[in-house]
Amino acid sequence: MVNAINDALDIKLAEDKSVIVYGEDVGVEGGVFRVTEGLQKKHGVERVFDSPLAESGIVGTAIGMAVAGLRPVVEMQFCGFIYPAFNQIISHATRMRNRSRGKLETPIVIRMPYGGGINALEHHSESMEAIWGHIPGLKVVAPSTPHDAKGMLISAIESNDTILFMEPKRIYRAIKQEVAEGKYTIPLGKANLVTQGKDVTVVAYGAMVREVQKAIVMAKEAGISVELIDLRSIYPIDKETIVKSVKKTGRLITVTEGPRTYGVGSEISQIALEEAFLHLEAPPARVAGFDVIVPLPKGEHHFMQDPYKIFYEIERTVKY
Amino acid sequence: MFKEYNPLQESMFQVIDNHGKVINDKWMPKIEDKQLLKFYKDMLFARTADLQIVSYQRQGRIFTYPPNYGQEAIAAAAGVHIRENDWLVPAFREMGTMLAKGVTLKELFLYFMGYEDGSAFTKAKNTLPISVPIASQLLHAAGLGYAIKYSKKDEVVYGFVGDGGTSEGDFHEALNFAGVWSVPVIFIIQNNQYGISTPTHMQTASSSLAVKAVAYGVKGIKVDGNDFFAMYKAIEESVKVCRDGKGPVLIEAVTYRKGAHTTSDDPTKYRTKEEEEMWEERDPMKRMKAYLISKKLWSDKEEEKIIPQYKEEVDRQFIEAENYGPYPKEDVFKYLYADTPDDLKDQEHEYDRFLQWKNSKLK
Repeated sequence: MVNAINDALDIKLAEDKSVIVYGEDVGVEGGVFRVTEGLQKKHGVERVFDSPLAESGIVGTAIGMAVAGLRPVVEMQFCGFIYPAFNQIISHATRMRNRSRGKLETPIVIRMPYGGGINALEHHSESMEAIWGHIPGLKVVAPSTPHDAKGMLISAIESNDTILFMEPKRIYRAIKQEVAEGKYTIPLGKANLVTQGKDVTVVAYGAMVREVQKAIVMAKEAGISVELIDLRSIYPIDKETIVKSVKKTGRLITVTEGPRTYGVGSEISQIALEEAFLHLEAPPARVAGFDVIVPLPKGEHHFMQDPYKIFYEIERTVKY
Repeated sequence: MFKEYNPLQESMFQVIDNHGKVINDKWMPKIEDKQLLKFYKDMLFARTADLQIVSYQRQGRIFTYPPNYGQEAIAAAAGVHIRENDWLVPAFREMGTMLAKGVTLKELFLYFMGYEDGSAFTKAKNTLPISVPIASQLLHAAGLGYAIKYSKKDEVVYGFVGDGGTSEGDFHEALNFAGVWSVPVIFIIQNNQYGISTPTHMQTASSSLAVKAVAYGVKGIKVDGNDFFAMYKAIEESVKVCRDGKGPVLIEAVTYRKGAHTTSDDPTKYRTKEEEEMWEERDPMKRMKAYLISKKLWSDKEEEKIIPQYKEEVDRQFIEAENYGPYPKEDVFKYLYADTPDDLKDQEHEYDRFLQWKNSKLK
């Protein structure tokens, strides 16, 4: 996935002079995960550069650049370090268009590795997408494969909205996949029906898609047929794909890493209740993080979703 | 001292040169030989431990670790002055001060092995946990300073940050608050030249980091952070200022991170061998050792003899940490609230039921 994201950035940098890439350590070093490696050398220090260490500064200056017609793609080094920029995102990036009645635009992509499972220090493992999905004016997406990452990032850079591009760092290098060369896009806001099934719909995104796929193998052995939807976009939500599937299977499970309460799973369940109530054969279920701080590595296994947790919920929901 | 080394004059406060020779008699601190030797040995212990930890990490026995290598004099000098009731507000590269406060190596090991228990610092009074979000902790230091002033206590706060941290808004807000309130806080910037890969000149257009103190109306000084005596004296004077109610003080301690940012980082990507060699000459341990040898207080022989003893002690505490045992499930839930909400208790119970089911499946 690291290479696919790098490729997307490379393509847009080459194609569009208004694209600017910056953040902490993204230039000379190519980012702490090497996502931007080689881009400074190729596209120059004016277009790909290291910023001072200040997340609010990074997003705030991106707003200025964007209003002036550039397309900044900025990096937050880790999900837990974005909060100094929260004010700039919620108070300005997501409001400029509305505030200026459409005159000013903020086409910014904020890239950010997120999620647990890599034995990291505090603040490096969170999945707080519910916070971001809650902000009016912000689009929030999370790819689950290298192919999607490339196509979605190109779409994000071409979008005139501010987009939080959440990268599941746990699978940065875990999935080997042939990624098409050259430019292609994947529309933002469209979910992907990964696996067809008839007994239960499971909605996941990011690194959780792969965990669900493992649970599907277990479910198959138990004679349960699972339909898997990769949500791809946390906001906007592809209601159509979810509702169609739930109407078919009659059951819904959401799998997310973030804390359970007021989470993305809650929102998707509510959509199912509103739009497919009479088709439901079991209450929508959530596999989600506990409402706790992500434990440090020695305790993280208690927190993370594993295929067993997902299969447990599949079995319970189908037997309900 | 703060007049003599006014940051606007662009000078750096030094006491010894690279060869351990005193070049600033006026400000050479008066330290008894026996004490001085203890300070050196504490530094040597910290360096030995630090190097050991990096090797444990390479063996896969701990997770990511940010080495102190090359910066030991700063934390050591602060450790000498910090009292039991003074507050330590660390960033994450201040091992010497932490050990002086009573944090154990075992606790640091536990933390970097992935147990929050390593942040409890059970024997260290008035010590905050490691703060990962850069510079955010400095505002806590200012707040602690207010509380001290409010309750008329004779305490000082030691707040640490790195050079990269001076770019964060929180750094500026902390200096501003502390300045407005005139509180007893010593802000110590460990300027080790790099925020991960980004050199200090790309963090700021200021001529120094110490000069930032001027704009906030607080005392500031740029100190050779690899000169133990200079750091000792600068902190001693800063403590006086703070205890006289004339704080805060900002110290820029100029040093060099000889190791990586963390064990996940590769410095060869962004700095040169020549630069590393230049800083090798200024190594704080070498300089202090040269001074001690010139005074016949220490010898290579003694050092060779003592290092294995230190290694043994480090190993002993490391193995204790390694045998700490599994992470109790309860600990995931029980420290979030003084009064755990029922819903969170339910989540824990639900997890118990899942674990029971999983165990039955795995049988």
